[in-house]
Amino acid sequence: MMKRTIFSNQLLPWLLLAPQLAITFIFFIWPAAQAVWQSFLREDAFGIRSTFVWFENYERLWQSAEYLNSIQVTVVFAVAVTVLSMGLSLLLAVAVDRTIRSARAYTTLLVWPYAVAPAVAGILWWFIFNPTIGILPYVLEQFGYDWNHITNPDQAMALVVIASAWKQISYNFLFFVAGLQAIPGSLREAAAIDGAGPVKRFFTITFPLLSPTTFFLMVVNIVYAMFETFAVIDSTTEGGPAQATNIMVYKVYFDGFVGQNMGSSGAQSVILMMIVIALTVIQFRWIEKKVEY
Amino acid sequence: MTRIFTASATALLASLTAANAQTEIQWWHAMGGELGAKLEEIVQGFNDSQDEYTVVPSYKGTYPETMTAAIAAFRANEQPAIVQVFEVGTGTMMAAEGAIVPVYQLMEEQEQNFDPSAYLSAVVGYYTDTDGNMLSMPFNSSTPILYYNKDVFEKAGLDPEQPPETWAQMEEFSKQIMESGAAECGFTTGWVSWIQTENFSAWHNQPIGTEQNGFGGPSARLTLNGPAQVQHWGNLKRLADEGVFKYGGPVGGDNAPPMFYTQECAMIMNSSASRAGVLANATDFEVGFGMLPYYEDIEGAPQNSIIGGATLWVLSGRPDEEYKAAAEFFTYLSSPEVQADWASFSGYLPITEAAGEEMASFFEENPGADTGLRQITLNEPTENSKGLRFGNYVQIRGIIDEEFEAMLSGSKTAQEALDSLVERGNAQLEEFEAQSQ
Repeated sequence: MMKRTIFSNQLLPWLLLAPQLAITFIFFIWPAAQAVWQSFLREDAFGIRSTFVWFENYERLWQSAEYLNSIQVTVVFAVAVTVLSMGLSLLLAVAVDRTIRSARAYTTLLVWPYAVAPAVAGILWWFIFNPTIGILPYVLEQFGYDWNHITNPDQAMALVVIASAWKQISYNFLFFVAGLQAIPGSLREAAAIDGAGPVKRFFTITFPLLSPTTFFLMVVNIVYAMFETFAVIDSTTEGGPAQATNIMVYKVYFDGFVGQNMGSSGAQSVILMMIVIALTVIQFRWIEKKVEY
Repeated sequence: MTRIFTASATALLASLTAANAQTEIQWWHAMGGELGAKLEEIVQGFNDSQDEYTVVPSYKGTYPETMTAAIAAFRANEQPAIVQVFEVGTGTMMAAEGAIVPVYQLMEEQEQNFDPSAYLSAVVGYYTDTDGNMLSMPFNSSTPILYYNKDVFEKAGLDPEQPPETWAQMEEFSKQIMESGAAECGFTTGWVSWIQTENFSAWHNQPIGTEQNGFGGPSARLTLNGPAQVQHWGNLKRLADEGVFKYGGPVGGDNAPPMFYTQECAMIMNSSASRAGVLANATDFEVGFGMLPYYEDIEGAPQNSIIGGATLWVLSGRPDEEYKAAAEFFTYLSSPEVQADWASFSGYLPITEAAGEEMASFFEENPGADTGLRQITLNEPTENSKGLRFGNYVQIRGIIDEEFEAMLSGSKTAQEALDSLVERGNAQLEEFEAQSQ
């Protein structure tokens, strides 16, 4: 039985909720509503002349090869970042979990990259991979490989994926370590006694029992790749070359803030908003039921 | 006690009135680092020269950031009186009737002694309307020139005092340099959009778009896929494949200057305003200056190059006395002494004839520093070489880079890339035309 508090005064609960409601309204609902309104308008940069154009901004987007390309780029990017960063952190977490001595020291060291601001991380990778002054292209050249992400779209994508995944490894790693430590050692011991090798034990016992953590991290990582990698893209490739790394969030920024096309930018952010809503519903309603806790 | 209070209250009141007597105006700009410090010094000079007005400069980040900040501020009715806007924002600013106060009108209303013919036509032409009225105040204008490494030229057996004049020489010299092992690559460039496309067109007296390159109004469309431009882009692609030309990246081409500084490439085409930076970084070799190369077989070349950089726009909706201050400040800014000081410090062009004359001794002491000035004044500007004025031009610049990259990676020929540039660019222009109606 849940304990319920009954307020005799109708006003008090609203008063108590007011600060939170105000924040939600000012910082979430109001800007979102503005974006929706903006997406139906065609306006000059200064907002002097504006026309209500219904869905024209959306229609233009679906006809725009650049926008369709941006969707494709986002999918490739989000999947690559999620798989790479989660795969590596799981590997590191399992390794640390098996380490008997100084596991704590490793953990601390592995968490460090998380403290680096995305823009700083972006600049670091920009320096490392810079085709003219970077160390990596120099080393690769010794092996006869020509690294130039300024003209090569695949290399540019690889660069932003590596930079973004690296940033997220620490976060994933912490959750995986915690998840691993929650798995009772007795289960693995029992399997070992039954003759299961380390690989078999990992795939039949550890990995299924980690699934709640994995699922949670998958959501977080996809959202991270789609929305929080802006700074990395901005400081490394700026969406180039030829839009090869122009993910949807970056395009919203570029068209709206650099290009001053508020209508199109508004329409794009509404589409992004709907994608987030859809992702959340799918993940929590449908996938979550299939995950064993 | 009461007396002390009264006295201090009076003092406070006096100080308030003193502060009120001075009109303060905001100037938002995009000059960071040493240029920013120099700018503040110039403003300080104005503030000290009189006691009626105070100009408060604030650094707002890059050019696009400064422009975005000013537009957002205008929408919130918090705009500065003066904002520095880069040349590609000109179309957007011009179309914003009601948001801006044209400079010629400001100077007239404030009864400032203002003679448009004192300004260099190649500079102000870019910022005047079709009737020849100046809309914004040129502040920092530059033009692309050729920088070359004299030491490498000498090593390759070339005359270090003779920069290449034509594209044929450009190729010939580059190959000689590469074959002799004096440098790995012939040349690189900053700003493919500004230098190898827009300036290339003006320099060869070829149109960039219809309606006098957009000066005629928002119905203008791009015509960058002409035979001259196709020839040039195709040539750059071939030279890139041969290793003679190395691409330095989109927008300003961040990777181009290091290639020149490290002596990997013997030549670079870049803004005349990079002069100070080039000299500071070229510690191991002598730098020579030349005009942009041209194709001999294209009729009308060389014409004159066009400018880049930024101008100062006056935004509407401020109290009257601020406009008085702005007009006064502009008169100070375009005085020969201030101009000559700023131009010789930064490498930007002097904007008036008088400032150019003021700099005569500086040019004598610094050979090559006047290359940009000689280049923009080489011939009286034509419709094709006055400049350009298109809306949504920030995006179009991005499209130019993208199509150039697509050509370099081999997915398009020069003709296909330029056709697609025109098609995509015109879609932007149509959108802009619709927005401004």
